[in-house]
Amino acid sequence: MRTVLADYAYTPSPVERGYTGRTLYINLSDRTIAAKPVTDLMKEKFIGGRGFGLWLLWHGVRDDTRWNDPENEIVVSSGPCGGTTQYPGSGKSLVVSISPLTNVVIDSNVGGHFGPLLKFAGWDALEIQGKAERDVIIIIDAPAGRVTVEEATNVPTDTHLVARWLLEELAPGEEERYFISSISSGSGAEHTLWGCLNFSLYDRRRKELRFKQAGRGGIGTVLRDKRIKAVVVKSLPVKGDSNHPADPERVARAGIRLHKEIHDYDDQQCRMRHRGTSYLVQIMNDYDLLPVHNFRFGSHPEAHRINGNVWEARFTQGLPDGCWYGCTLSCSHTSDNYTVRTGPYRGQTVSVDGPEYETIAGVGSNCGIFDPDAILELNFYCDTYGIDTISFGTGVAFVMECYEAGILDREKTGGLELRFGNADAAIELLHQMGRGEGFGCIVGQGVRRMKEYFAREYGADPAFLKDIGMEAKGLEYSEYVSKESLAQQGGYGLTNKGPQHDEAWLIFMDMVSNLLPTFEDKAEALHYFPMWRTWFGLCGFCKLPWNDIVPPDNKYMDEPAKIPAHVQNYVDLFSGVTGRQVTREDLITMSEAVYNFQRVFNIRLGYGLRDHDDVPYRSQGPVTIEEYQSRAERYDKQVEQLLGLNPREMSVEEKLAALRKYREEQYERLKDAVYARRGWTKNGVPTPETLKRLGIDFPEVLAVVQKHL
Amino acid sequence: MNRVLSFDAEKCVGCHICEEVCSETWFKTTDPERSSIRIREEQRQDGLMLSAVYCVQCGECVNVCPVEALYRDKRGIVRLRKQLCVGCLACVGFCPYLAMFYHAGQAEPFKCVACGKCADECPAEALAVVEVETPRAPGVQI
Repeated sequence: MRTVLADYAYTPSPVERGYTGRTLYINLSDRTIAAKPVTDLMKEKFIGGRGFGLWLLWHGVRDDTRWNDPENEIVVSSGPCGGTTQYPGSGKSLVVSISPLTNVVIDSNVGGHFGPLLKFAGWDALEIQGKAERDVIIIIDAPAGRVTVEEATNVPTDTHLVARWLLEELAPGEEERYFISSISSGSGAEHTLWGCLNFSLYDRRRKELRFKQAGRGGIGTVLRDKRIKAVVVKSLPVKGDSNHPADPERVARAGIRLHKEIHDYDDQQCRMRHRGTSYLVQIMNDYDLLPVHNFRFGSHPEAHRINGNVWEARFTQGLPDGCWYGCTLSCSHTSDNYTVRTGPYRGQTVSVDGPEYETIAGVGSNCGIFDPDAILELNFYCDTYGIDTISFGTGVAFVMECYEAGILDREKTGGLELRFGNADAAIELLHQMGRGEGFGCIVGQGVRRMKEYFAREYGADPAFLKDIGMEAKGLEYSEYVSKESLAQQGGYGLTNKGPQHDEAWLIFMDMVSNLLPTFEDKAEALHYFPMWRTWFGLCGFCKLPWNDIVPPDNKYMDEPAKIPAHVQNYVDLFSGVTGRQVTREDLITMSEAVYNFQRVFNIRLGYGLRDHDDVPYRSQGPVTIEEYQSRAERYDKQVEQLLGLNPREMSVEEKLAALRKYREEQYERLKDAVYARRGWTKNGVPTPETLKRLGIDFPEVLAVVQKHL
Repeated sequence: MNRVLSFDAEKCVGCHICEEVCSETWFKTTDPERSSIRIREEQRQDGLMLSAVYCVQCGECVNVCPVEALYRDKRGIVRLRKQLCVGCLACVGFCPYLAMFYHAGQAEPFKCVACGKCADECPAEALAVVEVETPRAPGVQI
């Protein structure tokens, strides 16, 4: 039984050069549904995707809006190149909201079909504000020319059920399923701040739904707080020219080039088509970068049990596993026919999306869990409960360290023996989050709030918790050990949304290849790469086809880390789609405008300054004696060579302290260098000159920074 | 049995009539860039080397198509259902024989479907449609 609460008739706008020219606004409080025009300023300065999300959100919220205020919004937008079928990785959606974890803007880049189909349903972005009184579903139906907000009875909450329910309700025939996609979360998002969004895609080969996650920052929690069970889009049929590019041939030629490159070289390079990102497990373990036991260590003797070879055997091989049409890098693999062994769905046979590297490292090695079945169980339930596997992994690893340090015990955890490696306890903790009961609800508040709670309620040492709690800005770290790379410490810390590697991943350049010896070099990398990676999210692109496949002659190029041939592909794609002729430098400038706008947005919300870029010491160096001694040779050498001290005459405590003083000073110097390069003050505030240079010196933007000059 | 085109390099005289015929048959134009067979000429020490690029119906493209637009018909010919095709061109980049083609102005790719028109018109009788057990045409050279 479905009841329509709000109804809006429309004629889908045709797509011209990557844009429909309209965004869809829905307010659940007053049940308004309206179209908004896309202005030239939006296209020129904010491009699309994350840029559109930030622009719409900025105008939707107040300076004091918090995540669960009705004014907070969820904005979904792909971008002008999103929906291109010819070039691998061109179907991403960008989601923007105020995060329950960080209180500032979160942006999350996600696959699945929703963003492109939204565009082919006539909308460049979807902006949802307000809160419904009871659970609703939002249906954008382009073939019917209708947008509705509806209440329905018996709608499940958890993603694998609600998405299936929607498919049967709205697309009973096989061919109707081709161009439908939903966004949903799950019961865990209602009881934690780690809620993720699941974006569906209908896999015509499997005749089954698959899901990709907008994991970071708790947007699923915002979705459920707005009482949204799901958002569904049904688009007009997708064809190769649906995005109506200005120069289709330029786009197609770039696409064919990359398809061919992937065909010829992926098997010798990353084997993404067979293993997806799971190939990273072995490499990270080999380079001492795989988080183990809450980031204390970077490798583990049992890592081979969860490396890419293991997952290659689990993933169904030979299917075109892209998350949007035409992605021949096909990293989006599935562990099919997995029988769930615990919890409410025990005994069901399901397809688990992935696992991907971040999940394997997060819920696996970082928690000391090296059992692939346990990782699949956690992956499945995180997804269907709507919980971010990265925050869950990093959060549970923190809890396990607290347990082993004696801060927690069975009494405090409700009987769960949360030691490293106890997969059953981790799975039960997850079920508690799904049910909304027990210690799981405390853990699901995130590392920042757990630190406060453990200090207040259990008398734990706040300084120790601060050192080992792997969060910055309130967001849990993603899964790389950054201790030996100062540049990557900045890559995590000097970010807008919090420690997520999609801004910068510089460990190899810095630590392995030693290409960034000076502060200026590091600052340049922390300018260029965050801007470059931001650009993907403005246009609807995925980062992976940029550098998880490289031309064989790339190593002979001037700046191989930038993959110059692929940068040129993106110049061709953007110019070819939009008709706006750009250079590679222009791409960076586009991102700079949006990135600085986001920084100012954070300042407007009361954050975004130098102090907010601090990081936990666990991300910078060894916190405990055990950690120091596990890599004693490395650290002793540093004490001797970098500090000019004699490690043989020092206690471990003295060496720890000396190393810490040095590393923390280095990080502060890095902040200075990066802020200078980015055109910010020493307090991390974009200067009026920077804003003017980027053309975003709007009065309301200048007014924010002027209070901090 | 699978129906495929076959090419005899010894007989080919490099007149390129096949390209015109193919293009005319399927696109009503005589543009060799719209032909599903391409005669390649390579000058070698021992003279002019002629080879042909065309689909050998191996079916690799069927595996990479995300929407099942490519399929093998009852006669063993790999064909494209245009109404299902989303124009991703994965098949173009993944064809081991470089025999799936893209042309500007058309979102969907195209390929040889062993219709035999080019063989009918070939003055040197270098082309023929044959039946083979396994879909790998003899004599194809790239």
